Amino acid sequence: MSTPAIEIEGLTKDYPVGFWRQRLRRSLDHLTLRVEDGEIFGFLGPNGAGKTTTLKVLMSIIFPTSGTARVRGKSIDDVRMHREIGYLPEQPYFYDYLTARELLEYYARLFGFGAADRRERVTRFLERVGLADAADLQLRKFSKGMLQRVGIAQAILHDPQEIFLDEPMSGLDPVGRREVRDIIHDLKREGRTVFFSTHILSDAEMLCDRVAVLVGGKLQGVGAPAEIVSMQVYAMEILFETQAGRVLPGSLANSATQIGGRYRVEVPEEQLYSILEELRGCGARILSVTPLRPTLEDYFFKLVARNKTAPQPEEAVSR
Amino acid sequence: MSAIPGIVAINTFREAVRDRVLYNLIVFALMMMGAAILVGEISIGIDRLVIINLGLSAISIFGLVMAIFIGVGLVYKEMEKRTLYSLLAKPVRRWEFLVGKFGGLVLTLAVNTLFMTLGLAAALFYVSRQFLRTDATILIAIYFILLELALVTAFALFFSCFSSPMLSTLFTLGIYVAGFFSADIRGIGTVTRSPAMQMTARVISYLLPNFRNFNVISAASHGDVIPFSLIWQNTAYAALYVALVLIAASAIFFGRNLK
Repeated sequence: MSTPAIEIEGLTKDYPVGFWRQRLRRSLDHLTLRVEDGEIFGFLGPNGAGKTTTLKVLMSIIFPTSGTARVRGKSIDDVRMHREIGYLPEQPYFYDYLTARELLEYYARLFGFGAADRRERVTRFLERVGLADAADLQLRKFSKGMLQRVGIAQAILHDPQEIFLDEPMSGLDPVGRREVRDIIHDLKREGRTVFFSTHILSDAEMLCDRVAVLVGGKLQGVGAPAEIVSMQVYAMEILFETQAGRVLPGSLANSATQIGGRYRVEVPEEQLYSILEELRGCGARILSVTPLRPTLEDYFFKLVARNKTAPQPEEAVSR
Repeated sequence: MSAIPGIVAINTFREAVRDRVLYNLIVFALMMMGAAILVGEISIGIDRLVIINLGLSAISIFGLVMAIFIGVGLVYKEMEKRTLYSLLAKPVRRWEFLVGKFGGLVLTLAVNTLFMTLGLAAALFYVSRQFLRTDATILIAIYFILLELALVTAFALFFSCFSSPMLSTLFTLGIYVAGFFSADIRGIGTVTRSPAMQMTARVISYLLPNFRNFNVISAASHGDVIPFSLIWQNTAYAALYVALVLIAASAIFFGRNLK
């Protein structure tokens, strides 16, 4: 069996809260996860779910209360592991007195690249993230989106095999998001593993081979987006328009929603043909019939809602 | 030998230069020019002494202000602005980062001191139109000031690993003042009859860095000979002390959860 790209076993993180009577608040609760080599893996969850905490632990920015993690078979305590990974922090901030080129040069030096290699890499990666024109501008003058791009460039500058991105689409306009998605796809094509956290579910649905959903520090489910939400059709959506002056039959008049000059109605699959007949009978023009499947978003909201109603004894643990 | 501390140090130096830290040199230059003109007018025979005293004291004070105020922010700023996140995700050990930060500030102080030394030399030449052989002691005094600044930087860095810049400033200043009077603290022990008090005073005085040993400004201004033994003793003392403080800082920073 090949070594997984990322192995997380029972990772738990408690934070002390309060001043006088300190208590521990559990931010991550026995997280166990395995990410295979070459996967695009989405780490989903609402704010405060523990996504950033997990990434910080993996990067040794904070230390776990218990549990272990390995990247490419190397413990996260092993500094050599950091040669093989790239990391984009959430809302990245860099030395604002440096230019984008100088920042990447600085980071490239830390990996021991020679002068010619450094120059070539820095130019290549600045072009790749669309910052070639802003290469010699000080980072203090960068917008949030531009900082995000620099962040992505520094994360992949040394051709790491595993790339960890914390909310990579955050702060980007639609064009920027599209470009980041393309970069992530390119990284997968190059055989790299991308582990990214996000709360933008459409991005995860579009990009990920597999996703994990984290709520309240606990893992709620792992699998391919389609597996997780199940592919079963739960209803059919009919879009239609009526002739001027024609009235809809009673049952449809109540359930259809008017959108401009058109109507939209959701019906159970088994009633589809009878409803279509009914619509034809009243002279309606059918525009489209679409099967409706649950989305990752539906699944996600269901989990969050369930978590809110469930008791959470592990939320606060006395020290 | 890891190259990482050197890379971090050069970046720290660049940060200081771009933050216009070296602008203090303009103030120093204006001060030395004013002093040279004024001293030439009003003092007879002691113009050199006044200029050397003033110049060395200014080098020491300007350096101290820089070492403390920049030193306490070295680590804190990186944590606060989260620039440390992307750095620690690289193959950088925490102690390498600390040593690099320390080296960067010491390099900044050294460059700053070098320019101030040139300013002092120019002012000295203006008032006496010559350099004397005994002026070499001025360079030794400046070397000692640099050792002192390195020690202060190490303490500022140490405190900034676990406290806010304001508290770190107070702690570092406290150590500097107490260290300047460490001999007097030992003296307090001799005037008491209590053996416990004597022991406590002695231990505290030995634990505190003895900053007075680095102060030879008076000897330099009078052209006195500074024994060679003092040079190597101060060098070894500062190197050892800096190493110990940096090891302690690394030990604290090693296990620290960043925000």
